[in-house]
Amino acid sequence: MRKTLLFATLALTGLAGSALAQPAKTECLAGAKPGGGFDLTCRLAGNALHAAKLIKDPMAVTYMEGGVGAVAYNHVIGTRPGDGGLVIAASSGSALLIAQGKFGKHDENAVRWVGALGTDFGIVAVAADSPIKTLKDLITAFGKDPGAFPVGGGGAVGSQDWMKMAMIAKEAKVDPKKMRYAALEGGGAVTTALQGGHIKIASGDASEMINLHQQGKLRILAIMSDRRLPGAFKDIPTTFEQGYTIDWPIWRGLYVGPKVSDADYKWWVDTLTKLTKTDEFVKEREARGLFAFDSLGADFDKRVKADVAKFRALAKEAGL
Amino acid sequence: MSFDFLWQGMGVALLPQNLLIGLIGCFLGTIIGCLPAIGPINGIALLLPIAYTSGLPAESALILLAAVYYGAEYGGRISSILLNVPGDAGAVMTAVDGYPMARRGEAAKALAISGISSFYGGMIAVIAMTFLAVPLSWLAIKFGPAEYFVLMVFAFATLGSMVGHEPVKTLLGCVLGLMLTTIGLDATSGAYRFTFDQPELHDGIEFIILVIGLFSISEVLLMLESQVKGTLKPLAVTGSYPSWSEIRTIWWPSVRATVIGFVIGVLPGTGASVASAVSYTTEKRLSDKDGTFGKGDIRGLAAPEAANNAAATGAFVPMLTLGVPGSGTTAVMLGALMLYNIQPGPQLFVEQPKLVGGLIASMYIGNILLLIMNLPMVQVFARMLLMPNWILIPGITALSILGVYTAYSSVMSVLIMFGIGIIGYLLRKLGFDMAPIVLGFVLGKVMEVNFRNALALSGGEFGIFFSSTLSIILWIMAVAIVVVPIWLRRRQAARAAAA
Repeated sequence: MRKTLLFATLALTGLAGSALAQPAKTECLAGAKPGGGFDLTCRLAGNALHAAKLIKDPMAVTYMEGGVGAVAYNHVIGTRPGDGGLVIAASSGSALLIAQGKFGKHDENAVRWVGALGTDFGIVAVAADSPIKTLKDLITAFGKDPGAFPVGGGGAVGSQDWMKMAMIAKEAKVDPKKMRYAALEGGGAVTTALQGGHIKIASGDASEMINLHQQGKLRILAIMSDRRLPGAFKDIPTTFEQGYTIDWPIWRGLYVGPKVSDADYKWWVDTLTKLTKTDEFVKEREARGLFAFDSLGADFDKRVKADVAKFRALAKEAGL
Repeated sequence: MSFDFLWQGMGVALLPQNLLIGLIGCFLGTIIGCLPAIGPINGIALLLPIAYTSGLPAESALILLAAVYYGAEYGGRISSILLNVPGDAGAVMTAVDGYPMARRGEAAKALAISGISSFYGGMIAVIAMTFLAVPLSWLAIKFGPAEYFVLMVFAFATLGSMVGHEPVKTLLGCVLGLMLTTIGLDATSGAYRFTFDQPELHDGIEFIILVIGLFSISEVLLMLESQVKGTLKPLAVTGSYPSWSEIRTIWWPSVRATVIGFVIGVLPGTGASVASAVSYTTEKRLSDKDGTFGKGDIRGLAAPEAANNAAATGAFVPMLTLGVPGSGTTAVMLGALMLYNIQPGPQLFVEQPKLVGGLIASMYIGNILLLIMNLPMVQVFARMLLMPNWILIPGITALSILGVYTAYSSVMSVLIMFGIGIIGYLLRKLGFDMAPIVLGFVLGKVMEVNFRNALALSGGEFGIFFSSTLSIILWIMAVAIVVVPIWLRRRQAARAAAA
């Protein structure tokens, strides 16, 4: 089956060279408006690939917004399943939506997962003048009186920000559904609401909070990671260090359509493997506030499927 | 604070390279604004990588992107006035009084008036930003869900003015808009409402698709109908420019609209479409004594145009001072800053005086350029109306399809647009106004989300809506905007009776 498709693709695109030839035209599809996380992923891949001279022409970035990537997911599976030059941006948020059945009738096996390019981490923060200094303080106080701690996150109930907080609530023996949770419009709205005192706990991502943390406008209590992060984050303790096994990487990666030939799939995996080792890539990745997250090809495929399974269990546990 | 940044910025903005970049940006912006469905956000997303890879310095890139943004707020009015098809989201209310003027043969005047009020709005807002950017950033922080909800109550209170000669139809239209806005992801619970398992509906009906359907497709259908009946007459375009007294007439409406637009622009949760809606209804509340609004009143034309330009400028305030984008378009620009490794925040004015100053100074120059560009060239645009119907009708249809498809790359969006267009046509035949539907749609979502967020935070206590000074001020304003005009009318009537 794969083989006939491979030949069909080759015949169609008129590519007769070696099996590892670069697709004639590369395109990255961001399943949202310009300016969001998918756009960032596409631009990271595109700029770095071009800067490292791994592709000849710059990679085109296109947009198809709808359902946080759901429309793009269905479009690729339905309309462009065999386009070897097309990669689509995804994130751990996509895995969460797939786990909740919000990507339509297709599941995580419907596409071919190429690799992750980097990751951010979940954090929990409080206002700078809050008496709460550590994650333990927070969990104790929150467990005593959850009503005194309105929470804000950049997504609806069931989103990544809500899930992060639900895991903390669980540690505090509080029913996640009893949280006073406001679904605000993105990370910027969360940090302003925290500074304005409208919420007491902010759930978000490390890279969008670090500047305000350094300026003393808010306090990051813990980074949801099993290892200490470098650079500006080196003084912020992790959840694991504070005795809680909560981790929340927010990886950003790419997938291709289900009928993309093995040769094209391998070309993308090999090229991205080469790319992640270049200085150009590291520079572009760090400029976007992402940490290394080297998981490519079969390893990434396993990671995504494990994530979806984990999220399914979590959602069920939280009673969604 | 000192204004060193402005003087340094003037030096940056007046460099020949940056002047040229500003001019290009203004021109591109006007065109992007003029084309329905293609908004400033698409234009900026396209230009950003070009600017970055071609090695433009950060301040030049920002000058370019900003010029496209506020240039689009100028351009959006052109298709609103000439074709009754809003060119971008902020230009919806411009059609309400602009299009009747064009139909009367005053297209050139309508374009000039709205160009001037756009200039008033843009210019006053830049001045306000220069002096108030840092002091005003507290406003964005003080606005929580409860305050946003009360702001929307105020907006709906001004809407009362739309209840014209047929209050029932206005109310029905508004409710229809509220119903349409509930389609898609419920931002609070994460549930999908009325999506029928169609991923295209997960985000709900896009505002711009609704607007194009309601205005341009229904307009095409109306034109076709009169064409078939043989009653469609070509419009005469007279070249008359506004008189000085007319330019004076729109000064105060423009100033009021600028204040409203600027404040709404500064607030991160609301943008140019809300600004133009609230300023229009407020102006109608205050000035519409003879019922001329909606029939081509220059004040009704000037207010929303001043407001959308002021809102676009205001959106820069939280972006520059807090690092929080005031609109989708400034969110892309925030991404541009990050790309250049520049961290926005209050220290930006001190650390990057050339960048911030250059941007602000370029906006003074840009608004002047846009005024010059938009006044003498008005005749060129007005000629568009002289196009024969066999070009105009298919042309509008093609432009609408193209615009929606380019922006959302889905056939479903185009089908939704036509569906809404047919409904709009039927409603217009039944004597409904399109504006209340649009207003219900725009304001309803912000209102619902903030109502539920506020109650989620308070644990169901309604007291949260009265817990801050800001909300109480907003409540008083909401009550005043309903009561004061009635009271004034009573007093007038009483005086007339006494005399």
